[in-house]
Amino acid sequence: MRTTAVVIGAGQSGLAMSWWLAARSIDHVVLERGEVANTWRTERWNSLTLLTPNWQSRLPGFGYEGDDPDGFRTMPETIAFLEGYAKRVAPPMHTHCPVTAVRRTADGYEVVTAQGTWHAQAVVLATGGFNIAQVPKLSETVPPGIIQLTTAQYRNAESLAPGAVMVVGAAASGAQIADEIHRSGRPVTLSVGEHVRAPRTYRGRDIQWWMDATGLNDERYDEVENLRRARNLSSFQIAGYRDRRNIDLNALMSLGVKIVGRLAGIRDGKAQLSGSLRNLCELADLKQNRLLGTFDQWAAENGVSDSIEPPHRPEPTRVEASPPLGLDFGRAGIRTILWATGFRPDYSWLEVPVLDAKGNLRHDGGVVTEAPGLYVLGLPFLRRRKSSLMDGAGDDARDLSAHLAAHLGARSAVL
Amino acid sequence: MATAKDDKPVNNGVNVEALFGAQEALKNAPEAAKFKWRSTVEWINGTHSRSTIEGFYGLGAEQKHKKAFTFDADHPEVFAAEDHSATPVEIVLAGLASCLTAGVAAVAQARKVQLRSVSATLEAGMDVRGILGMDEDIRNGFDGIKVTYKIDADASPADIKAIVAQSQKRSAVYDIITNPTNVTVEVK
Repeated sequence: MRTTAVVIGAGQSGLAMSWWLAARSIDHVVLERGEVANTWRTERWNSLTLLTPNWQSRLPGFGYEGDDPDGFRTMPETIAFLEGYAKRVAPPMHTHCPVTAVRRTADGYEVVTAQGTWHAQAVVLATGGFNIAQVPKLSETVPPGIIQLTTAQYRNAESLAPGAVMVVGAAASGAQIADEIHRSGRPVTLSVGEHVRAPRTYRGRDIQWWMDATGLNDERYDEVENLRRARNLSSFQIAGYRDRRNIDLNALMSLGVKIVGRLAGIRDGKAQLSGSLRNLCELADLKQNRLLGTFDQWAAENGVSDSIEPPHRPEPTRVEASPPLGLDFGRAGIRTILWATGFRPDYSWLEVPVLDAKGNLRHDGGVVTEAPGLYVLGLPFLRRRKSSLMDGAGDDARDLSAHLAAHLGARSAVL
Repeated sequence: MATAKDDKPVNNGVNVEALFGAQEALKNAPEAAKFKWRSTVEWINGTHSRSTIEGFYGLGAEQKHKKAFTFDADHPEVFAAEDHSATPVEIVLAGLASCLTAGVAAVAQARKVQLRSVSATLEAGMDVRGILGMDEDIRNGFDGIKVTYKIDADASPADIKAIVAQSQKRSAVYDIITNPTNVTVEVK
């Protein structure tokens, strides 16, 4: 089968790309391994909500029209929203069509699926940046008898074994899951590495309102000071709960969650915990205050200071005087370890040599320059800070569809 | 981000450009980034010993300090020793202090903050019943280390704190002390 462009994945990025390709009259197909919003459907826990408010899911030709713009979508609502978008875009789509290989050919690419092979001049990888739950190597040394789960496998607290739980990782997922599990009556120990502390609401406005209004979400990848660092930064330690409560370490400690240092090793059935907790919390507090200072400055410069609540600084993280350096899993009654240690994209089917030694795709703002005609969407800070948010899919797809159109134009000029 | 208040170039004696250049050079040559640090020691008498540090390996070749440096270590008279030099645990504190302080200078330079003075005092608690083998529940090592910096610089207190925090984040000795390390000791 022949087409001009193949878009792999029918989440927000793939659908937005289809919208822009149609707008540019570029013939294409969208291939989806399952159904629209498949990752949201099958690889996230039950209570998860979007971390961005409803109003912020602005997709090309589509947006929120309900009466709760400041609320946060549940997973079923997120799926319904993207199904609605798929209806609007009406892409030429093949669902239940997993891609098994993408290869270069003399005149472009071949995309191999169970439903046949497509030949195209351009391929857009819109499969997302959060496919495979990363687990550190030391998970292999966890004593037998302790059940290990990842955030992709976790569904709800009730399905865990009774007893204490260690959650490793305190970004958005780890902090939310720690909160939920602890409230279920299973005592949680949360192992904390580097994290990005942020309040859900500041001066009466949502954190994402600030990120949007100040232009921070639109900061471009070729303007940010340290791009590698910006791309590796973990998510804001926030949740999208109805009561808009914070889930920072102070909030979790008030709940009774035990906060300990980074899991540094396991020896003789005991966890070794890093002594760096105090500094990591200090770094997170300082960075949070710097971000809030940026907001305050913007508010003053834009004349909104008087119409919103006055500035304040959250209480510094309360680190105990001597956090434990070890933890005996048996004595602590830990039955489950939940790895909330991040996700990475899955490129196992990509047979084009564009991955670096660490398995990351080499690209320039989503343009895979080493493989002309190949594009990627939806990765953290791909083209802008909001690239991996639903709100970022539209702008990135517009930019890359323009590049793709130029690529096709240049090719037809040569041919 | 802090910047110098006047136009005078910030100079903390750290060649940040060279460090950034090294980052760039090592990006494509990960083998050159692999270093081996070495030290030798000779027992002198009692608890007195002398370490010599001269060569190390890095950038794909054997390297040498400008000269051999020696460090004596001993124990104080309250340990029934002759106190020829500082105790090894104090030298560990000195290593941490020097590592963090070098980091403060480098981070301040990278952030264009002029330092005027930097000093720190370090204190580490230890219950010696551990090393005396009197109680298996007491560890041999420190029960904690407290580092207190005094820094005079062209920056706000929050920016100075951020420099010290970043220095800890990038410090080798801080990492060595706060995280476990496999140690293999052989006799030949």
